[in-house]
Amino acid sequence: MSSRILQVKNGEAVEARAVPRLSVDDLQGLVADVVTAGGRVAALYGREEAGELLVTAVLPNDREGTLGLLSAPVTKEWPSLAPECPAVQLFERELAEQYGVVPRGHPWPKPVRFEHRLGGAGPDAFGREGPRADIPGGYPFFAMEGEEVHEVAVGPVHAGIIEPGHFRFQCHGEHVFHLEIVLGYQHRGAEGMLVGGPTARTVSLLESVAGDTAVGNALCHARAMEGLAGVEVPPRAAALRAVALELERLANHVGDLGALATDIGFLPTASYCGALRADFLNALAEICGNRFGRGLVVPGGVRFDLPSDAAARLAGRMEEAFSRVEDAAGLFFDSPSSRNRVDGTGVVPKETAQALGLLGPAGRASGLQVDARKTHPFEPYSSATLPMVTLEAGDVHARARIRFDEARASAAFVVQVLRQLPEGPVRAPCPAPRPGRLAVSLVEGWRGELVHAVTTGADGRFARYKLKDPSFHNWMGLQLALRGEQISDFPLCNKSFNLSYCGYDL
Amino acid sequence: MISILRTRLRLGSQTIAYPDGPARFPERFRGRPALDAARCKAGCAECAAVCPTEAVGGAGTSDLSIDLGRCLFCGLCQEACPEGAIAFGRDYRLAARTREELVARGDVPLLAQALGAEMQRVFGRSLKLRQVSAAGCNGCEAELNATGNVQFDLGRFGVQFVASPRHADGVVVTGPVSENMLTGLRKTWEATPAPRLLIAVGACAISGGPFAGSPVCRDGAVGAIDGVPVDLFIPGCPPHPVTILDGLLRLLGRVQGNDLRLTGTGIVAAEPAR
Repeated sequence: MSSRILQVKNGEAVEARAVPRLSVDDLQGLVADVVTAGGRVAALYGREEAGELLVTAVLPNDREGTLGLLSAPVTKEWPSLAPECPAVQLFERELAEQYGVVPRGHPWPKPVRFEHRLGGAGPDAFGREGPRADIPGGYPFFAMEGEEVHEVAVGPVHAGIIEPGHFRFQCHGEHVFHLEIVLGYQHRGAEGMLVGGPTARTVSLLESVAGDTAVGNALCHARAMEGLAGVEVPPRAAALRAVALELERLANHVGDLGALATDIGFLPTASYCGALRADFLNALAEICGNRFGRGLVVPGGVRFDLPSDAAARLAGRMEEAFSRVEDAAGLFFDSPSSRNRVDGTGVVPKETAQALGLLGPAGRASGLQVDARKTHPFEPYSSATLPMVTLEAGDVHARARIRFDEARASAAFVVQVLRQLPEGPVRAPCPAPRPGRLAVSLVEGWRGELVHAVTTGADGRFARYKLKDPSFHNWMGLQLALRGEQISDFPLCNKSFNLSYCGYDL
Repeated sequence: MISILRTRLRLGSQTIAYPDGPARFPERFRGRPALDAARCKAGCAECAAVCPTEAVGGAGTSDLSIDLGRCLFCGLCQEACPEGAIAFGRDYRLAARTREELVARGDVPLLAQALGAEMQRVFGRSLKLRQVSAAGCNGCEAELNATGNVQFDLGRFGVQFVASPRHADGVVVTGPVSENMLTGLRKTWEATPAPRLLIAVGACAISGGPFAGSPVCRDGAVGAIDGVPVDLFIPGCPPHPVTILDGLLRLLGRVQGNDLRLTGTGIVAAEPAR
């Protein structure tokens, strides 16, 4: 088996041609074996090599800290693996949309994000060519029949300041039988625009793939680039990047706790967390001038150093800021009226979470041991004592509590790293990527594991830049969480996942 | 209840002093750039070469400019310039009424002009806005949301984001306007009763930002809705909440001052007329 799968480390580059080429049967068999044994699929995507489409799988071994790479040439169609492995259903749909590969026997063959073909010519696997009919008009919704069943359609423009998406509920009164979520409104053609890079725009574009995960994606990119160029970043740069990644996590987790409180009308936590979130955003701005950490992380290191005395002052302020979060969020968890709304609401059982391959806080709230900071670490995470926080309940409360607990751990980590910043430079030269190589980079962003799988062509330019936000897996989790719930609990369930629309739509 | 009150006391009032007092920014905050074209060396284009969004114009000439509508305020041009001709300062006042006014030259800011007297009378004390994210990355959306929180508290000026375009006096667009969201944006605009305003927030909505030239986007809100001009541009990637506040309040004629007072910790609009 080992010779049929190439094992690499997170961020390590290999010759693209060294990735084993198997038959479709063998590749699917190995993917199925890994999933059956409790493993997961980090990516299953298409890339073209010498005019041939190679479906490439990234199978992480979370115990060994390695990534298994394998590929198979595919032409127009292949048998769908989704009935056996639900976790790959969306990957297969993406292959159909991007390369026209029809997954024969797929139980749910629908468009992913209404994008145009990336490779090949002619109509895509859904028979579409040229300009798209409007979504959601052009989407085959699942519909229930029955005199008293009714549909509720929400979006793409929602009530608040939120990204667009369409939600279609099949209801009986308040009771939700089924929720189907259609995305694609945010599609900007990011993967296509990255081909031919790196250019002066590459980093900014990646920071905008999901603007709330700017640090996460910039770091994931930088680590892939460093792998492709074969350089190590200085320890001080690695430390500052981790601080930024955790500040991004803190800002979002704290903001999410406030947003959850907003959705149940628990105003004290809503107001305080909304304001306290700014302490972490402002800390990022203090380091790099931008509240979302844009422009900080670059291949080779970081663009801004933090003098050690400023770092020590920042550590003190972060300690104080999180103690305020303890107060503000503590109110939410101690209040019977808020607990009444969140306990037992929107449950995703562990088996379901496992089958779907849920990631990040959503996966960990259902008991999955998924955290790339622990399973595929790089410095300073490999030598840190950051705990993997998991809960079993899989309900809204668990997804809220996970954020609180993780934020606490992140705050402690940030303070510790800031107080012991290694000396030295914060940037090393990062030469152009070597030609004909492939690197897969994993970073645990605040929503879960980000994947950048980058291949360079013979000219050293990006031939394929595959992006994956954890939301790619987790949107299905939200759909299943709603089954059997009341439709009035949708905002709460939605906020407890708080998934990325643009990260999914790319 | 006691714990709620205790927390309330501990956290105190969170609302910023702006516009009556200082709006504070960290030292490294990058606001409006000051340009000194006299320092440009003929033939040098290092700033333009590193710019992610082709925002720098006239590099190496006496007509050096930065299109704030394209600018991501990353500061790479300043870093690259060997002559110190570009300096991003902390002037957060970036909004403009026309696309041309967004092109910054020299070091004198062009500030957004207020609406005409009649529109000021209609919207000056109550402006309700509907936000449409048309492929925005959730950066601008997050900062627009932040303007409503207890810190920036847009509501104290009678400005509010509402749930339905039927309740709105204008539409705030973020994102480069994707093909897939074009219908949604147009329908939202059509559902908004006139008189109405169209406001573009962030580099993407103004010029496409990092997605300029994408085959599946429209390079922002300009021209996205047939025959509808943009009434206010608020640049940034994303714009700071105070930049958004400043743009909206200038549009409504509720902040007019032109003086800036620099302090150790931030910039103060000296005497904003309210």
